[in-house]
Amino acid sequence: MSDNVGDRFDRLPATADEREVEGRATREEVVDWWQNRFDLPAGTFEQYTLWEKGAGKIWIFADDIPSPTRIEGLGMTFLRTRQEHWKPTTDAAQRFGRAASKNVIELSEDEARAFLAGEDQELDWDGDWGYLIAAHDVGGERESLGVGLYVYGELRSMMPKGRQREL
Amino acid sequence: MKPLERYRPLIDDFEAFIDACERPLPSAVRVNTIKATPEQTMAAFDEAGIGYERADWAEGVFRLETTSPGTTWPSVHGWIHGQEEVSSLPAMVLDPQPGERVWDAAAAPGSKATQLSALMEDRGLVVANDNNLGRLSALRFNAERLGVTNMAVTNQDARNFSLKPLGEGSEDDRRVDAFDRALVDAPCSCEGTIRKNPDTFDEWSLGHVESVAGIQQGILRRAIQATKPGGRVVYSTCTFAPEENERVLDQVLDREDCRIVEQDIPLEHAPGVTEFEGEQFDPDVAKAARIYPHHNDTGGFFCATLEVGR
Repeated sequence: MSDNVGDRFDRLPATADEREVEGRATREEVVDWWQNRFDLPAGTFEQYTLWEKGAGKIWIFADDIPSPTRIEGLGMTFLRTRQEHWKPTTDAAQRFGRAASKNVIELSEDEARAFLAGEDQELDWDGDWGYLIAAHDVGGERESLGVGLYVYGELRSMMPKGRQREL
Repeated sequence: MKPLERYRPLIDDFEAFIDACERPLPSAVRVNTIKATPEQTMAAFDEAGIGYERADWAEGVFRLETTSPGTTWPSVHGWIHGQEEVSSLPAMVLDPQPGERVWDAAAAPGSKATQLSALMEDRGLVVANDNNLGRLSALRFNAERLGVTNMAVTNQDARNFSLKPLGEGSEDDRRVDAFDRALVDAPCSCEGTIRKNPDTFDEWSLGHVESVAGIQQGILRRAIQATKPGGRVVYSTCTFAPEENERVLDQVLDREDCRIVEQDIPLEHAPGVTEFEGEQFDPDVAKAARIYPHHNDTGGFFCATLEVGR
């Protein structure tokens, strides 16, 4: 096993058998995590490749190029690994959350505004604790807003500082 | 406005041109079809009480009655991107297809690169390059909010861009040896943005025009070289100066294996100029399009399509 090199993009190994870098998540583990956590339709990520750059930051990319590569960006940040509780990104929650049917907490207009502003809120929730997709209604359809951490009766907004807004 | 006087011989209705340059620009957005349809976006505008008008020449381009489209739900969700109306043109003219590999040579802050991704249905590859790392972070921010997953971001001088980081010349069958298409929306003197940036001419000098023209030529030449035989390269600027437009094309025609081709421009426009201040350009530069602010009540723009030799 070799060490992770943080300043380049490396394609994830398909399965644990192909793992060559210490602690690196596999494609199978990452896809299963997303599919299971949010009950997404089978094959949602079939057309994408998955990469690690930095310590545990997983990126999702619509095409495929030779690995490794030293460039500034490749697709979209997808999931934070190499920590006890894997954490989905706001970008990925917005991009893929529409098809989720589990662990999605639906917010009212006022709750959505507070969430967007980065505020934590006491809300009722019957499902799992942990990272949820926060969603609300826009123009008559449910749309994903970002990632919230639900613990102890509270939804903590994970909206990154640069994306927080006062509407 | 003084530098614009030099274009009096080029422009049919020069007074209308100057009048338009003095008017502020309407606020415009492009619908990001990676995340929403124009219909969903209109429903969200209606719900939020935001007035809008559809551009008649391009689906998914809207003029808004609000001056702060950034603080609306459609913007938060990346359904819309604030982008000057005419600046939606070059990506449409390039017409990239899903699955292709496309280069945006001077991509920051990413309005056109993310539009390329959307036109490609977020499949295939857009290589968004810029030499300015600070501006690349703005590009990354826009691409993330707009939900783009088919973009590779590089930080190189486009004039000697290397495809090595994309595996050029390797045995790997995923490698990119050349692009299917390229967009050169070149850094320029930005005369056409006068309606948005009234201080555009404070820094204007002919010396700057001449020096930026050298960079433009270098970038366009590299784009021709890095594109497959028969592939398309769109060259655009937001400026009127023939030194940065027709003369750049004229010089690149001499030095690279390519030709200027007809293009479909769904906006009122004038042809490229074949003569300026006693200098003659290749007759084919007339196939380029000059879009003046008084034509369609937009910013000013220049756009040409080249085909790489087969």
